[in-house]
Amino acid sequence: MDAELFLKNEERAVFRLRELYRRHGYLPYKMSKFEEYDLYVRNKSFLVSDHILTFTDVDGKLMALKPDVTLSILKNCQGGPGLQKVYYHENVYRTSPASHGYREIMQAGLECIGTLDDYAVGEVVMLAARSLESISGQYLLDLSHLGVVAGILAAAALTEEERQAALTAMGQKNAPALRQLCREGRLPQGAARQLEQLANLYGPPAEVLPLLEQMDLPAASAQALAELKALCGLLGQYGLGDRLRLDFSIVNDMNYYSGIIFRGYLPGLASGVLAGGRYDNLLRKMGREGGAIGFAVYLDQLERYNTPPRGCDVDVLLLYDDSRTAGEVAAAANALLAAGRTVRAEREVPAGLQYRAVRDMRKEAR
Amino acid sequence: MTVLNIALPKGRLGEKVYRIFKSVGYDCPAIEEENRKLVFENPEKGIRYFWVKPSDVAIYVERGAADIGVAGKDILLEYAPDVYELADLGIGRCRMCVAGKKDFRDDLDTTLRVATKFPRIARTYYSSLSRDIDIIKLNGSIEIAPLLGLSDVIVDIVETGRTLLENGLEPKEEIVPISARLVANKVSYKFKNDAIRQLVEAVERFQPEEA
Repeated sequence: MDAELFLKNEERAVFRLRELYRRHGYLPYKMSKFEEYDLYVRNKSFLVSDHILTFTDVDGKLMALKPDVTLSILKNCQGGPGLQKVYYHENVYRTSPASHGYREIMQAGLECIGTLDDYAVGEVVMLAARSLESISGQYLLDLSHLGVVAGILAAAALTEEERQAALTAMGQKNAPALRQLCREGRLPQGAARQLEQLANLYGPPAEVLPLLEQMDLPAASAQALAELKALCGLLGQYGLGDRLRLDFSIVNDMNYYSGIIFRGYLPGLASGVLAGGRYDNLLRKMGREGGAIGFAVYLDQLERYNTPPRGCDVDVLLLYDDSRTAGEVAAAANALLAAGRTVRAEREVPAGLQYRAVRDMRKEAR
Repeated sequence: MTVLNIALPKGRLGEKVYRIFKSVGYDCPAIEEENRKLVFENPEKGIRYFWVKPSDVAIYVERGAADIGVAGKDILLEYAPDVYELADLGIGRCRMCVAGKKDFRDDLDTTLRVATKFPRIARTYYSSLSRDIDIIKLNGSIEIAPLLGLSDVIVDIVETGRTLLENGLEPKEEIVPISARLVANKVSYKFKNDAIRQLVEAVERFQPEEA
């Protein structure tokens, strides 16, 4: 019998992801479940949710159950020649608006830190795509470059409040709201029109890139676009072109993120299973030079992915009583196991257990 | 063929929305029959409609049980679901207002007691004014709160203002205009992109006569 059958979706995914990352030379990174609370306070808006589970350690220090892995890796990574390529598989603890409480979330992911070049960035995005591919061939990887939208917003010279309003509308693909901002004089007409165009664009690079090139974008946006185009070319070379989609409505906090950013989706799961991007700005905030890019796969989401409804718990229920010795029961169980069946040995039929067949040794003649 | 699951808000607004969808080619004869069914399908058009409580539409869409749905802007502001907001249908227009007794004068020296069904909207509005408020969350008959001295003002939806008037209340400030919005689940938008875009374009071309 295939042992993989007994694995849950997320466990199977972890095996494949570990193998994938190891093969590309990423090293495992194991960390403690706790971290000093201070680390998260300083970088609170980098976190997906701003609630953190805290407790006081024996020495009186305020500690936190990790809500995020990236910050811990950045804090502990030493500089030096070459890049730091690490992967992890950890549980984090955070809240989500939909869940009304803390949840344990199983994550796997990787980070690449150092002087990044086009190859290093391309490799990470390629590994993100391959991570999704290892779960389902029907995945989609949305790709964007924050510089495109940032360039338009910078050229429009907005106040912080106007900028936030425009970014929120972008994140919702909310064209009516962009038009409203324009009518209220909080967004110049040219910028509003370009943002609306970008919000509505969604499709494979081959389809979307030509449309983008026709837009009269500010210089900074055009440069970001060129970077994105080069990356799409490289990913095409990896044979990943047709599962890629460009989507400029991905807008993360630009205080931390910069440049390439991406999200991964599987059909039938109502929210994303992968998120990542380049976060040079966070690195700079932590007083480090260079660049960083990484992503996380939310393995807990896979719990509900294509899981067949619960069927039989066991092939054979083996019933025995005092008339049988332990050795006889063991021999009977072994015979069934050797025939590739799953066996549960009991003296009475347990409540709620679903079994395919029953072998009742109590009734068998000795 | 992809099937689009569409959550409609039960009630007058939902019926209006269905009439718009029908007029742009997304009709579903089963829904027009009098019966007690909850889910209505038109396989030819690749659509499946279902009625849900208006305040639940956003949840169905956010969690992917519905690919798209129609919800009032009030619901979207109050629950802030993680969805795409693709079009303003321009129907169900009303205003989110602060209302109070006609003779009420805001005493800036005290904490303002605000009764509302929309605590998040009320809190966001008053914190933008840096005003200290005490929120009283009610589930209906909001207008009665200032009359009985439960609150100083209310934050609620005002359509014609008649209910307010009949109870000796009047709108004091407008917080935000409200109308029905077409929302889509973020992942559905990706995997059912063509179908959703076609529907949005068709609905956007539709001009309501009353607007």
